[in-house]
Amino acid sequence: MTQVSMTVNGKAASGQVEGRTLLSSFLRDELKLTGTHVGCDTSQCGACVVHVDGIAVKSCTMLAAEADGADVSTIEGQANADGSLNVIQQAFQDHHGLQCGFCTPGMVMSAAALLKDNPKPSEQEVRDYLEGNICRCTGYHNIVKAIMAASGQDVGAIAAE
Amino acid sequence: MYNFDFEKPESVADAIAALQGEEAQALGGGQTLIPTLKQRLASPSTLVSLKGIAEMQGVCMGDDGSVCIGGATNHATVAAEAGAYPALADTAAHIGDPAVRNRGTIGGSLANNDPSACYPAAALGSGATIVTNARQIAADDYFQGMFTTALDEGEIITEVRFPVPEKANYQKFVQPASRFALVGVYVAKYADGVRVAITGASNDGVFRWAEAEAALSANFSASALDGLSLSGDDMISDLHGTGEYRAHLCAVMTKRAVAAA
Ligand SMILES: Cc1cc2nc3c(=O)[nH]c(=O)nc-3n(C[C@H](O)[C@H](O)[C@H](O)COP(=O)(O)OP(=O)(O)OC[C@H]3O[C@@H](n4cnc5c(N)ncnc54)[C@H](O)[C@@H]3O)c2cc1C
Ligand code: FES
Ligand code: FES
Repeated sequence: MTQVSMTVNGKAASGQVEGRTLLSSFLRDELKLTGTHVGCDTSQCGACVVHVDGIAVKSCTMLAAEADGADVSTIEGQANADGSLNVIQQAFQDHHGLQCGFCTPGMVMSAAALLKDNPKPSEQEVRDYLEGNICRCTGYHNIVKAIMAASGQDVGAIAAE
Repeated sequence: MYNFDFEKPESVADAIAALQGEEAQALGGGQTLIPTLKQRLASPSTLVSLKGIAEMQGVCMGDDGSVCIGGATNHATVAAEAGAYPALADTAAHIGDPAVRNRGTIGGSLANNDPSACYPAAALGSGATIVTNARQIAADDYFQGMFTTALDEGEIITEVRFPVPEKANYQKFVQPASRFALVGVYVAKYADGVRVAITGASNDGVFRWAEAEAALSANFSASALDGLSLSGDDMISDLHGTGEYRAHLCAVMTKRAVAAA
């Protein structure tokens, strides 16, 4: 076992991990931050996406030890300081960007990473960026719409709900 | 996953020392190795992360005008910073998905030599040089069949040098479930001739299509490929496509790459 320390959603976090402990397991099992979902555990679905030093990664495909010293943000850190939903989360609610909600933490974290680099993406850029985020419920249209709306763009012309 | 020790050295020398240990294995971005470990298809006793080695990171220009990429550089960085070789940057920009590109590395991809991976086609198609801690290996000597390379045990890719062609393009026919190439063709036109490297098709991994290279060196246009075809007999046949289908795609994607270059 080795000691790892990182900043998670702005707070210091540390714990003992094995070499094989995944970042997703450390977040969920050690820190009890179960908002990060594990959908496939085979690097395909993106439900486990978190940001490590500001960059989107699949936390089921990164070792916790590799994140030692890093600044990690998860879905639990996305809401505004007063607890209200942030712009992206609110847009998912407003545009019905979720049904069962299982994929949503990864979708929101991917969307946040996209909008940070590309504040006004085209619809195609949003779709391309979500290539690694799988949703079994929505058919994606409303997720794309929500992300476009969160970027402050008119979504009237985007595929019907 | 079986357990293992984790080490994160800060220099190539320390990584090589750590890899001398019994059953020690290098860890790049883990985008191939971690899924492999989960399936218990590998059981290293120690994983040596290459992500902490500053000298293996980043993109720069070599004295001879080649684009040099550190062995632990992730795909997203190549996509963003290898603008001096646009076809290479574009290839990197279409590997997997954004989260995979943020972790996966060029060294890991070339060391793994998956028969459907993109970078092997770019490296072979560009006549790149694979630089390791011990030597320099020409791409023509490096790829030795599916999942097989010239690397020795404990040897790591520290840099990959790409000579910049006059024109180049990579056309990937995406296998929709995996995002890998069902067939991918990399075409590059240099002053001394054209190179054509194909991934995703052959049971022997990435290969050069000599007839297409000769035809394109004489006349760099899609029509120069009319009538040329490959046999599907030794090509990968699976539920995504037969060997015959892949052989057909090789010709189609080569033409598209030439037209787009
Ligand atoms: C969902 C998904 C989609 C993908 N789609 C594509 C795709 O479209 N095209 C594509 O080409 N690839 C694709 N990949 C694979 C991806 O590009 C991997 O990043 C890459 O194949 C391996 O790189 P890595 O750095 O993650 O290596 P790792 O997984 O860390 O290592 C792979 C192997 O290489 C060895 N190794 C790592 N670094 C070095 C080094 N510097 N020197 C020597 N040996 C080393 C390791 O010991 C291991 O044996 C995909 C992966 C996923 C999960
Ligand atoms: S749980 Fe990590 S990609 Fe599916
Ligand atoms: S809302 Fe159910 S998987 Fe996306």
